[in-house]
Amino acid sequence: MLKESTPDITPEEVEHIAHLSRIEISEEDKIQFAGELGRIIHYINKLSEVDTTGVDPTFRTAPIFNVFREDTPRESFPAEEILANAPEKEEGCFRMPRIIGG
Amino acid sequence: MKFETVIGLEVHVELSTQTKLFCSCKNSFGANPNTLVCPVCLGMPGVLPVVNKEAIEKHIMAALAVGCRIPEHSKFDRKNYFYPDMPKNFQTSQYDLPLALGGSLEINLPDGEKKVIGITRIHLEEDTGKSKHAGETGSIVESDYTLLDYNRAGVPLLEIVSEPDMRTPEEAYQYLNELKKILVWLGVSDCKMEQGSLRCDANISIRPEGQEEFGVKAEIKNMNSFRSVRSALLYEEKRQREVIESGGRIIQETRGWEEDRGITVSMRSKEEAHDYRYFPEPDLPPMVVDKEWIERAKQKLPELPGERKLRFAAEYGLPEYDSGILNLSRSISDFFEEAAKLSGDPKQTSNWLMGDILKYLNQNELEIHETRLKPEALAEMINLIKKDVISGKIGKDLIEELLKNGGNPEEIVEKRGWKQISSGDDLLPVIKQVVDDNPKVLTQYLEGKESVKGFFVGQVMKKTAGKANPALVGKMMDEELERRKNNR
Ligand SMILES: [Zn+2]
Repeated sequence: MLKESTPDITPEEVEHIAHLSRIEISEEDKIQFAGELGRIIHYINKLSEVDTTGVDPTFRTAPIFNVFREDTPRESFPAEEILANAPEKEEGCFRMPRIIGG
Repeated sequence: MKFETVIGLEVHVELSTQTKLFCSCKNSFGANPNTLVCPVCLGMPGVLPVVNKEAIEKHIMAALAVGCRIPEHSKFDRKNYFYPDMPKNFQTSQYDLPLALGGSLEINLPDGEKKVIGITRIHLEEDTGKSKHAGETGSIVESDYTLLDYNRAGVPLLEIVSEPDMRTPEEAYQYLNELKKILVWLGVSDCKMEQGSLRCDANISIRPEGQEEFGVKAEIKNMNSFRSVRSALLYEEKRQREVIESGGRIIQETRGWEEDRGITVSMRSKEEAHDYRYFPEPDLPPMVVDKEWIERAKQKLPELPGERKLRFAAEYGLPEYDSGILNLSRSISDFFEEAAKLSGDPKQTSNWLMGDILKYLNQNELEIHETRLKPEALAEMINLIKKDVISGKIGKDLIEELLKNGGNPEEIVEKRGWKQISSGDDLLPVIKQVVDDNPKVLTQYLEGKESVKGFFVGQVMKKTAGKANPALVGKMMDEELERRKNNR
């Protein structure tokens, strides 16, 4: 059903994606994931074979659109609760390792 | 070689809604850190965002005002990146189906010419949290840390992308001023750069004159005023020219403006800077803006400054200059119109607004609605002057009093004893006295130096604390001096 022979994802690309997601993976994993992700991409690509002429670009299976709320303020959460899960805090702020660049 | 500069701007403005874009936390500046935060804007698992309708309305309003097209279908997308200013690790933005496309803005050039700058698109996204590096708080020990305040995370933010249509830093400066003027006028944003509700990045490149292809561009960031945008661009076009003229090549990069040094410096480029892996936001249903909605929005659109400028000139017979000044801000413009109708004297209304009132507002950095002056009071004051109840000079004191403390002009005039002295019987003794007190000046007059009359009139005004009717004083002074001449 699916072509096994043409992997669309290389181990280098897996490494790149892992880096973007800040995940550390082993060399073996890279090869394994390259194969698995390649097959997933193949599978998903089947969708592009469908003729979508005349279908709205935002079409969804559930015909829901324009779900809005009124612009009325509500109480936020107390800062203590918001910071309760923070590994570290200071001056009412989340404290985290300094990020360089960006 | 002659070079041409090409500039495009990306402007971010926070919409002045009551609440954030996807949750009901207050959208407000200056609150204590992390007091305007909830599980939705903190990106806790399992929460569901819901779009603030007012943000969409304001977006559409801004878009229509600059002539954008509103596509029927639009949606939100996730822009994925790892940076702690977004607790969710993605920012909800719009990628390929933004709410508005293809508008333009007319700017005024210093030589009096006008130029149209294209607007590529306007999309809606959520603002990020604010980070301060612990080093900036003065704590050296903790300089390895970043402190995050998420009050701003989730505030609705418009990104307005211009076409690369500007050819000088001055044009970019004018574009920003014009854009701000319209957005403030519409009430969609307060556009305060110092509070971060308007931010601007600039793309700039140069190319040999006549060449069609664009040069390699640099993206300039960290400019914190319209002036610094202009300065940074002036610096950057010169830098690029010098690089090329000395045989070098421009590299595509992001450069930061350093205000104190007056230069741009290369910023370490973010790795995989553009690998944001956008995908449609699954938690937010798409939006459909149909013709009826657009029609309704058009109805609600206020008269824009350009149109109103023309109307003021035509309807009130104002000089184009006056009309331009009065329409620099919506609050002044509205105030003028109300006061002009009440006073029945548009030109005097305009004079007071453009003179003493604007001066007071500028000195005190206030908007007119932040003062105690009301259109009714200005109109009444103008009529008190026209009816010779007070002098124009007293008017200046009165307007200041009205700006500071408000009140009813007639009552203030009564209470302060500011009524103009228009009775000859009251003025004659003062006039005689002034002439008697200055025998030397009188001699000069009698010897033919008629210009000293102005001195006598000034003295009378001084002695009456500005309350004397100047026209009457002038006339009576002529008579008095004539008498002295004949009685010599
Ligand atoms: Zn919230």
